[in-house]
Amino acid sequence: MFNIPLFPTEASTTASRVDLLFFALMGIIVFFTALIFVGVIFFSIRYRQGSRASRKGATSENLKLELVWTIIPLCITMGIFAWASKLYFDMHVPPRDAMDIYVVGKQWMWYIQHPEGNREIDELHVPLGKPVRLILTSQDVIHDFFIPAFRVKQDVIPGRYTTEWFEATKVGEYHLFCAQYCGTGHAQMVGKVIVMQPWEYEQWLSGKSSTGATMSSSGEQLFTQFGCVTCHKSDNTGRGPSLIGLFGQKVKLQTGQTVVADMDYIRESILDPTAKVVATYQPVMPTFKNQIDQAQLMQLIEYVKSLGKQQTASKGK
Amino acid sequence: MEASESTDHVNYLNNGYGVKSWLLTTDHKRIAILYLISITIFFMIGGFFALVIRLTLLSPEGTLVSADTYNKMFTMHGITMIFFFLIPSIPAVFGNFLVPMMIGARDLAFPKINLLSWYVYIVGGMFTLTAMVMGGVDTGWTFYTPFSSGYSHTNVVPTVIGVFILGFSSILTGLNFIVTIHKMRAPGLTWFRLPLFIWAHYATSVIQILGTPVIAITLALVGFERIAGVGIFDPNIGGDPILFQHLFWFYSHPAVYIMVLPAMGVVSEVVTCFSRRKLFGYRQMAFASMAIAVFGFLVWGHHMFVSGQSVYAGMAFSALSFLVAIPSAVKVFNWTATLYKGTIRFQTPVLYAFGFIGLFTIGGLTGIVLATLPVDVHVHDTYFVIAHFHYIMVGGAVMGYMAALHFWWPKMTGKLYSEGWSKLAALILFVGFNLTFFPQFILGYLGMPRRYHIYPPEFQVLNVLSTAGASILGLGYIIPFFYLMWSLRKGKTAGDNPWNAKGLEWLTSSPPPTFNFEKTPIVNEEAYAYTDGVFEEDVAGG
Amino acid sequence: MANEHSSHYVAHQFDDLEQQKEAGTLGMWTFLATEILFFGGMFMAYFVYRFSYPDAFAAASHYMDILLGGINTGVLLVSSLTMALAVHAAQEGKRKQIILFLIITMVFGVTFLVIKGFEYHHKYVEHLVPGWNFEYKGPNAGKAEIYFILYFVMTGFHALHLIIGIGVLSVIAMMTARGNFTKEYYSPVEVSGLYWHFIDIVWIFLYPLLYLIHVHK
Repeated sequence: MFNIPLFPTEASTTASRVDLLFFALMGIIVFFTALIFVGVIFFSIRYRQGSRASRKGATSENLKLELVWTIIPLCITMGIFAWASKLYFDMHVPPRDAMDIYVVGKQWMWYIQHPEGNREIDELHVPLGKPVRLILTSQDVIHDFFIPAFRVKQDVIPGRYTTEWFEATKVGEYHLFCAQYCGTGHAQMVGKVIVMQPWEYEQWLSGKSSTGATMSSSGEQLFTQFGCVTCHKSDNTGRGPSLIGLFGQKVKLQTGQTVVADMDYIRESILDPTAKVVATYQPVMPTFKNQIDQAQLMQLIEYVKSLGKQQTASKGK
Repeated sequence: MEASESTDHVNYLNNGYGVKSWLLTTDHKRIAILYLISITIFFMIGGFFALVIRLTLLSPEGTLVSADTYNKMFTMHGITMIFFFLIPSIPAVFGNFLVPMMIGARDLAFPKINLLSWYVYIVGGMFTLTAMVMGGVDTGWTFYTPFSSGYSHTNVVPTVIGVFILGFSSILTGLNFIVTIHKMRAPGLTWFRLPLFIWAHYATSVIQILGTPVIAITLALVGFERIAGVGIFDPNIGGDPILFQHLFWFYSHPAVYIMVLPAMGVVSEVVTCFSRRKLFGYRQMAFASMAIAVFGFLVWGHHMFVSGQSVYAGMAFSALSFLVAIPSAVKVFNWTATLYKGTIRFQTPVLYAFGFIGLFTIGGLTGIVLATLPVDVHVHDTYFVIAHFHYIMVGGAVMGYMAALHFWWPKMTGKLYSEGWSKLAALILFVGFNLTFFPQFILGYLGMPRRYHIYPPEFQVLNVLSTAGASILGLGYIIPFFYLMWSLRKGKTAGDNPWNAKGLEWLTSSPPPTFNFEKTPIVNEEAYAYTDGVFEEDVAGG
Repeated sequence: MANEHSSHYVAHQFDDLEQQKEAGTLGMWTFLATEILFFGGMFMAYFVYRFSYPDAFAAASHYMDILLGGINTGVLLVSSLTMALAVHAAQEGKRKQIILFLIITMVFGVTFLVIKGFEYHHKYVEHLVPGWNFEYKGPNAGKAEIYFILYFVMTGFHALHLIIGIGVLSVIAMMTARGNFTKEYYSPVEVSGLYWHFIDIVWIFLYPLLYLIHVHK
């Protein structure tokens, strides 16, 4: 009953690395705090008014000493900086084989879609020992997807995608918090991250949270439903460019610039189609801004992504 | 001997008693008193909000107030404490009172503008108070878009108008100090003979001049966005809510130095006086103040390490944030070295100064944790950050403010307060402060996010400790209020220089005459010309 | 004491006229530093969006009236000249000339505002006022809206500064008429001149950045 944790669980590959750095910092903090406290207390007792301690040779300048305590902290901080930057960089670049999970934050809940089609609210199921990349966006204000046990945190911003990755190392249930203040229900925008053994995860995927259709097949359905398919024909004869093999490739625009067809580009092209028009095509596509929600957008993107993988297969058609 | 007469001489306090003689005064000392009264009122209002916050957090279910009320409480606590108490605290009260006296001038360069700055402060305060009375505001003191511009249902517009107006009061104060320090120093008072209090205020003024207008225009844009229903931070039309954060922190990070630099100036004055020593490394200290002001403008991005800004931007801001720690560290070392072979008298101001040094050290070093990118990712927006900045702002800036209040109170009022009570209060404050905020470091690393009124039950014990500390801290602020008030009526007459301190402000009578000096002093020695390490004759001889 | 003739003008906190004058000038320069950062915030926002959405900004700037903007640029430049002449007259102690040039300067200021008013009215008629009646035909409507928000905010704050400037000059003109200034003491005229030139310079940046984007594309 009397459960007073003083240190958070380490449940991801990142967690132990972050904690190691944190302990190093704590060492430095304790050392310097002790140095100053002891210095102030010792000097003020030894040289208190009326004490007989010798005051001979007191100076108010000592260039060497001043340089020493400028340069030593400088070296220490730059050392930490190098260490920290390496780790920060690693925390930003997910391994290539990371699996994607899509997250939409809205006041005040987390809506999560797995590519396999499972959907959940305020809960995130992930397999143990497999890198997971979260693709995050917000439907309204800025939120933040924070899992203390994994030592990861990322703002979730309307109008763009951010990512966050981790690899869980310990089976269990962990806190999920919204860390960016987002209004009335901010403190209730919490949930659970459930780390499962891979086989349990497979079981869970086929369980009751399953919708029966994968995200990309839901996306394909939307592609037909919104009529995208009438222009974006797969054989490149439509009024819009074919989307086969598009994802991750460079696209030449009307203006002569090139952009990479990433998630943000596809998203922008659906919501604001005339912003970046592909060379040789006309800006005729209407916006789908008010017809499509964030979760559906992610399904469409997942579909376009799946078309990207088809590249070699579809060329033969 | 002279002391008994000093109550009879004409001074700034007894030079006119009418309401008009105060409200239309251009005397920097009277304006300082006006500010002192106003910021004390705002401090009490902000303290009340803090009380509600801490009481709510006693229980993990947050049953005391509703979610919306709690959100308003921490928002208004932040806005009042930062904009209406901390930023004007030392500069507008002690800076106003002391800058002209320390440099041997009769007044600030622009006395009318000085008075105007107080009225601007009051008008800004009225707008914000009105917003609070009308139902409050719940955006957090950071006003992040798009929540503030499109989603909050509270009084954002009157609040940002209030803060916008208030900004100009800060700018006018800074402008006055810069011109006064440049142009009105007494004969012989060269730049490197200036007390560090003056250097600190010069550095502070530079930040006020260059930073404040940016937050003014940023908040104006948020206000327009709310009124027009559309604006440049609106993601629906391609606007970038992160741009708001850049503009906001461009001011609001340096604003931390507006709070803490003047406190550092105070500590330099107090430590030298009570150790009877020249300040160790005077020039380095002066340069450190300026370095903090300059570097302070280059580190705003460390508030945005998890906002999705690029990895490389994060690294650059991190490196610069480490650099800004160096001059702060240098200052702490120099104060400690000043004590070495000094002759230390334990009187109340120096207790607060020691409190500052200790707590600022912890606050500063935990700032290093926040500059360390991967660790910041974990502790960002948690109670670790709350604890860190309260160590800087309460442990640092407010301790410095209390040191200043106790050091210059005899000069301002001509009265001495009770030494016993004041030492007791200093001790209570130190203990209460640490008990309040130290548990929050642990809470933060455990992952408790800030701005939560309900939280998982395992965080309760630490929260209860924190609330217990806060009640001790509150007591520590109430005691000084009483003994200082008491000293006004019954306190012993202070005499011109009760601490036997150096510095031009101690050459004139207490309270000082309206134009500060009978005749302009001429300076022919460096600052803090205490005879090193030698026990000096006591007050009576002086 | 400083010489009897000028001590009348020296405020109690200053030692002599020169100190007072230097303080006034430094005070205004410091204030202008604040002003630069005030507009700097807006310019920063402008550049961020201009570089993010170059095409939308260029297209939107087609709706600007280059001619009216150009005339206004000329008006302000000439007003800076007349302001300089007013300061010059103050140096020479020619009271009537000071007043004359101040009035001409203010007339130019008002002319600028009137022309600006016409421009604003055109935008209203063309349904280009964000948050009021914004209906933009053409691609990138949202981004164009950002351009127009920045246009109104930036030129609006500039116009506000101009109105304050006219107010300041009218006070200075009245003080001149009352005989407050002499050959030795005219620093308020000079200092308000600095402020006026600043307003002019801000416009020198605003004009190409807002009106001429599409010209050099």
